[in-house]
Amino acid sequence: MPSTDWPDVLLHVVSGKGGTGKTTVAAALALALARDGGQVMLMEVEGRQGLAQLFDMPPLPYEERRLASVPGGGEVWGLAVDPEEALLEYLELFYNLRRAGGVLRRMGAVEFVTTIAPGLRDVLLTGKAVELVRRRDKKHARAYDAIVLDAPPTGRITRFLNVNTEIAGVAKVGPIRNQADGVMAVLRSEKTAVHLTTLLEEMPVQETADGVAELEDAALPVGGIVVNMTRPPLLTSMADLTSIDAGALTSSLKAAGIDASPHVVDALQAEGVDHAARVRLEETERERIAALGRPVYDLPFLAGGIDLAALYELADMLHEQGMA
Amino acid sequence: MPDAPVLDIDALLADPRTRTIVCCGSGGVGKTTTAAALGLRAADMGRRVCVLTIDPARRLAQAMGLTELDNTPRPVVGVEGDGSLSAMMLDMKRTFDEVVESHSDPERAQAILDNPFYQALSSSFAGTQEYMAMEKLGQLRAEADREGTWDLIIVDTPPSRSALDFLDAPDRLGTFLDGRFIKILTAPARGAGRGLGKLLGAGLGIFSGVLTKILGAQLLTDLAAFVGAVDTMFGGFRERAEATYALLKDPGTAFVVVAAPERDALREASYFVDRLEQDGMPLAGLVVNRVQEVRAPELTVEEALSGAQRLQGEEPRTAALLRLHADRMRNAERQARITRRFMAAHPGVPVASVFALAEDVHDLEGLRAVGSLLATSRSDP
Repeated sequence: MPSTDWPDVLLHVVSGKGGTGKTTVAAALALALARDGGQVMLMEVEGRQGLAQLFDMPPLPYEERRLASVPGGGEVWGLAVDPEEALLEYLELFYNLRRAGGVLRRMGAVEFVTTIAPGLRDVLLTGKAVELVRRRDKKHARAYDAIVLDAPPTGRITRFLNVNTEIAGVAKVGPIRNQADGVMAVLRSEKTAVHLTTLLEEMPVQETADGVAELEDAALPVGGIVVNMTRPPLLTSMADLTSIDAGALTSSLKAAGIDASPHVVDALQAEGVDHAARVRLEETERERIAALGRPVYDLPFLAGGIDLAALYELADMLHEQGMA
Repeated sequence: MPDAPVLDIDALLADPRTRTIVCCGSGGVGKTTTAAALGLRAADMGRRVCVLTIDPARRLAQAMGLTELDNTPRPVVGVEGDGSLSAMMLDMKRTFDEVVESHSDPERAQAILDNPFYQALSSSFAGTQEYMAMEKLGQLRAEADREGTWDLIIVDTPPSRSALDFLDAPDRLGTFLDGRFIKILTAPARGAGRGLGKLLGAGLGIFSGVLTKILGAQLLTDLAAFVGAVDTMFGGFRERAEATYALLKDPGTAFVVVAAPERDALREASYFVDRLEQDGMPLAGLVVNRVQEVRAPELTVEEALSGAQRLQGEEPRTAALLRLHADRMRNAERQARITRRFMAAHPGVPVASVFALAEDVHDLEGLRAVGSLLATSRSDP
């Protein structure tokens, strides 16, 4: 059993600013966690069918479906949680009241819970994640070795995970309160880690720093930081990119068989300056990430786009860096 | 290759008939920056503009002089010419409170504001933001029409697919209000429990039993008190939602969908465009931010790479610049392919492509630069 940075974690919550690729990271992490033959559940909650698109499948129903069989016997399962179905399941699970669902639906109560008061939707979604963590099979073994939750973006993640404490303000006693307390106990425990995905850009890094602070304030366990879509450094130093003058550039291009116009020479120089500025910015952002004091994992930008092969490639990299 | 018309930003901003611009799109595509840049450019052109942002990055907020979140438009200093620019950040809870206060007498309003259920709903629950953004837009619009404060309002929307939830708000409130659920909940508050009893008699035992069992008696009492208190307000809510919906459909409104040249962002943009078209909402066009700039497209990837290989040993600096150029060319080609796919699926939707900036916007000059990039862009990346 190779050592990982998160040996006790059963629920991996993956968040990140929009556009940072958190669904891709969540999927790669799930594949990495399944390497040792584990059963891993990958769960999405935003109704975007991002998993189906990523794994090139038709839209997922509210049903646990196998997404990938990993060499070594592990399996990654997918679940796109639908709030309405989750509500009916919740009633069934806790109150044995599934039959009441039809009545509630006709009353407009399902509509109320899932749309008019969307916070209750978050209660159901977090509740579902915790149910998957706790689930046991007939032999009392864990049904899933790990759950990966493709969660709402960084700006909403603390509110999303913390929604059950709001319930405590509303319901002082009773079964709802008990359920809410139970969910919070799991989310705040060492069984949970909230990983944040970022890019080496100012706004995503700022949001990551804000997210870490908010999660810590809410006593939610911050996991690692995944720096996504990094670009390999060019083989040369930055000084090399900006120091060459137009004359030397023109003659060396000629030596390489490129008959460059003054426009092309200017353009290449300007691109070098752009790139150097960008690299400097990335270095600053990387320092800010390091200052957060969390484990950091790097994933490269893949020019060919993301398909299943690319996901496995990313999963291997997460494994090598100790995330799974 | 499909040829998309160019989104003429200056014509849109200069047209006095454009009175509201709604920027929507998925997160991380520069939506808030776009909204702010449009606002500044319009103000520089002489319009009196108010920009409503939802959750601006700190430095962007500072660039506009927004230091506190007080739910009031504040003038932005530094506009050129006779126009003006105000900017505000949405305070979701404050906006909700204002709605309550404006629809109830003080005593009833206080009862609602103190209710634990209301407090949870107004401050913590996802989704409230979308409703409140539209509520605030309605308020600003009404203020502008009444007092002539602004002639253009630009609103940024929350970064989620549910950003378009406001389109459904009137319908949803209707379903909810016409449902029996709310009547049952309000019954005990009205008749001190007798109402509920009557309804139980009417064969709804299973339903009320479910509620009491799930919610617990105390929560049910709070909830009933809340719903009872807001009962009179809901009618007003619905009217406002319908008024906002009508405002959005008005030809004076222009929706600008913002995206980045990436698969996921453009897929979301497609969803927005389809949804707006379905609802007959006035779509101005698509802004594609963060497009890779290539300064010398005449130098091909192949030429650059073979040149780099030849120079590797003797002139590493030139080799590095050539490899960098090849990399940018490839990235730009990939982005163009993805963007053209969108154009083919939505012919006729005007597009403005904006090159990626090396750094985020820190001041008004930066914002002005984004505005001029927007105005001089082409459709084809």
